[in-house]
Amino acid sequence: MTSGIVSQLFQSALAVLAAPLLIGWVNMCRAWLQNRSAPSLLQPYRALHKLFHKDAAISRNTSWIFRFNPYVQFGCMWLAAGIVPVLATDLPLAPAADVVALVGVFAVARVFAALAAMDTGTAFGGLGARREMFIGALAEPAMLIVFFNLSLIAQSTSLNTIVETLAHGNFLIRPSFAFAGVAFYMVALAENARVPVDNPTTHLELTMIHEAMILEYSARHLALIEWAVAVKLVAYSALGIALFVPWGIAEAGNTAALPLALLALAGKLFVGGAVLATLETVLAKLRLFRAPEFVATAFLLAMLGVLLNLVLQR
Amino acid sequence: MISAAWFDQIISLLAAILLLISFAMLSQRRILSLIELFAWQGAVLSASTAIVAYSANLHHLYYSAAITFALKVVALPWLLHRLIRRLNVRWDVETMINIPSTMLIGLALVVFAFNLAQPISQLATGAARHTIGIATATVLLSFLMMITRRKAVPQVIGFLAMENGLFFAATSATHGMPMVVELGIALDVLVGTFIFGIFFFQIRETFDSLDIRHMEKLKER
Repeated sequence: MTSGIVSQLFQSALAVLAAPLLIGWVNMCRAWLQNRSAPSLLQPYRALHKLFHKDAAISRNTSWIFRFNPYVQFGCMWLAAGIVPVLATDLPLAPAADVVALVGVFAVARVFAALAAMDTGTAFGGLGARREMFIGALAEPAMLIVFFNLSLIAQSTSLNTIVETLAHGNFLIRPSFAFAGVAFYMVALAENARVPVDNPTTHLELTMIHEAMILEYSARHLALIEWAVAVKLVAYSALGIALFVPWGIAEAGNTAALPLALLALAGKLFVGGAVLATLETVLAKLRLFRAPEFVATAFLLAMLGVLLNLVLQR
Repeated sequence: MISAAWFDQIISLLAAILLLISFAMLSQRRILSLIELFAWQGAVLSASTAIVAYSANLHHLYYSAAITFALKVVALPWLLHRLIRRLNVRWDVETMINIPSTMLIGLALVVFAFNLAQPISQLATGAARHTIGIATATVLLSFLMMITRRKAVPQVIGFLAMENGLFFAATSATHGMPMVVELGIALDVLVGTFIFGIFFFQIRETFDSLDIRHMEKLKER
């Protein structure tokens, strides 16, 4: 049990502290691929530091939701990154790590983000909130279906059981698994406001979704939201790693395997960040009204995966 | 020697890819990409036939795989490319229903096909158990593509893709048809495409367009 608590604390702390590093790495790869000289790997930390030391400006017309939202964002994402069994499988928070609950945690964050965006009453906030819900309403079912597909294989919706089953199962060619993996990646791109759906670096009013929602934030609130975005990326990467490439995870009660698990995780995130940057460079951002098509394709793939699972693996 | 279970898995994987390509064709907006996807479908089909031939040790299936490759990966796509260059119809494909809805209808069709194939699958053994449903789904999806497209060229590609689905069912479930039948079908498909090509020119000459809605006006007044 103590080893579990150690793993839990370690993983939670790591997820929060290393999150800006992942963002920095993705930005670095992107800069290299676009033939620019890259910013330092620690640039996101410097940006956060700068924002935390500024004075916050809050519009007089806002309610408590606006001030409360950054903490909800950060808390939800931290929780999500903490309960995904990515370093070890015997975490004390594991009973909470149910896939449906996890989607619920992300939904809470999304609802608060949209409410806070509309709270200021600016045109951009409402626009961003509407677009976010538009994409989210389509992405969420796709995400759930991906999870249900894996639950069918593991016979459980608990993330721990799923990861343990997949890490131990003898190697089979599972077509449904490949479909679920691709669908998950597409949903993750949409949910994290990455390139084919949203551009994280843009401030062009015609195209921005996530940036439009946080336009009114400044200083420590903005810093918390930016940090939450980084932790969200880590949480999704961790989820993808735990579900689709779980090799190298520390087994229950095995604290000695922790360093190796950490090394494996770092390697996977390193590769994952480079792949993400490559995709963002190669793909063009979709027109907003093509975005539902992108997410609908993810839903279709996830659904096909479930159907194939029912037909092929009996 | 690789075990039979492995072959079954590989056939299942190819079946899944076939289904995926069918959906990709359904969602495709450009004629050129549609032809490319059709060629890929032919390649997967040819590979699956060759694997069935190897695992069941049936020599005539090797010929059938070779014919499939020559016809569906090389000859037909080349013919179609030539055709659209001559007809000058490289523009986007028009669909009757928007693409996300078409995909959802396709999904319903897949569920229907899997249900339909279930009683048959229970009688079969090995890989055939899984593939009958997928082959049926491929046929129905190609059918849906023929229904939802307005232009003549995508409809013909849908027709050819439908034949791919039937062929897949035949090879994976029953280890292929007799050589004579297969040769006959291959020739039919080739000649059919030629005749369609001639039809395209006739349709365009009469109506100045390949939109088959114009053909509804052929009724006598």
